Amino acid sequence: MTEESIRLEVARYRPGQDEEPVLVPYEVPLRPDWAVLDGLAYVKDRLDGTLSFRWSCRMGICGSCGMTVNGEPRLTCGTFLTEYGTGPVRVEPLKGFPVIRDLVVDIEDFLAKLSSVRPWLVREGEEPPLTTEYAQTPAQLDAYKQYSMCVNCMLCYSACPVYVLDPDFLGPAAIALAQRYNLDSRDMDDRFDVLGHEDAVWGCTFVGECTNACPKHVDPAEAIQRYKLTAALRSVLPWSRR
Amino acid sequence: MRRRAEAYLWLLFSGGGVVAALLLPVLVLLFGVLMPVGVLDWPSAARLTALLDPVAVRAAVVAAVALCLFHAAHRIRHTAEELFGLARFDPVIAVVCYGAALGGSVIAAGVLW
Repeated sequence: MTEESIRLEVARYRPGQDEEPVLVPYEVPLRPDWAVLDGLAYVKDRLDGTLSFRWSCRMGICGSCGMTVNGEPRLTCGTFLTEYGTGPVRVEPLKGFPVIRDLVVDIEDFLAKLSSVRPWLVREGEEPPLTTEYAQTPAQLDAYKQYSMCVNCMLCYSACPVYVLDPDFLGPAAIALAQRYNLDSRDMDDRFDVLGHEDAVWGCTFVGECTNACPKHVDPAEAIQRYKLTAALRSVLPWSRR
Repeated sequence: MRRRAEAYLWLLFSGGGVVAALLLPVLVLLFGVLMPVGVLDWPSAARLTALLDPVAVRAAVVAAVALCLFHAAHRIRHTAEELFGLARFDPVIAVVCYGAALGGSVIAAGVLW
């Protein structure tokens, strides 16, 4: 019995060999429990060991395997080959990022933006080590829990038309993660110096594609709109603090 | 400076969105559906004029019109700049869009007073 197969069209870019990315077709087995990432692993193991792509956990937690699948930003570990019928399935690197090789993109810009929003609990007037416990009510946890589900996969950046047009835009995940800490009752910062900026929340035009793309059901668009209100009130009433 | 202007403009945009979402469906329902099909009678011109007599009502109508116009101006500005790649002309586009909204608001006030 011959096994069913599906065609993957994988964008290859080998510096020094390809002038620009080219689509290379590979036939991989079509199995009901195989995700696009399994197809790519099959290509690397059996067909062409030079294919490069990022992956780690295979279970939607690490955020490493984001790619553009048939034009949409997806986590390839959670996108099943059977979703695409008889294929072909086009696999390209995440849009909006410089390509290093094949499906691997340069994430330095995102990492710099992420650390710029101080994505940690900021406490003032306390010296480490912090031994005190800060208990939270369920309501205080709910205020930020949704945003803490972000896995930094950058699908929202790839989906965001503003980021593609203006790479200086701080972007959905960084702002949502800033809000994750802003809305935490233990945090004492409001990150206005980074967020209340033209390239930060004011760059967003509320297209909402970030929220559609998010595999963890974070709502970055909502986080940004909420911070716009905070920032607008901070700007208009300079004495108002959270 | 730019960020403060953007904050004010966004507040006008945001306020306009709220006003438009609350008022426009009601107006469409009243003047576009219920009155044409005869469920409600058309109000007389005298009645509408009387309704606009208190200064507070006129001010509220001007505020509602102005907010809706600034909402539209903000959206047209950003849509035009991003859809057609005109971001470098932002100073001109912004002046035209918000200028039109301001002009429309002044006309609304002029009509009512």
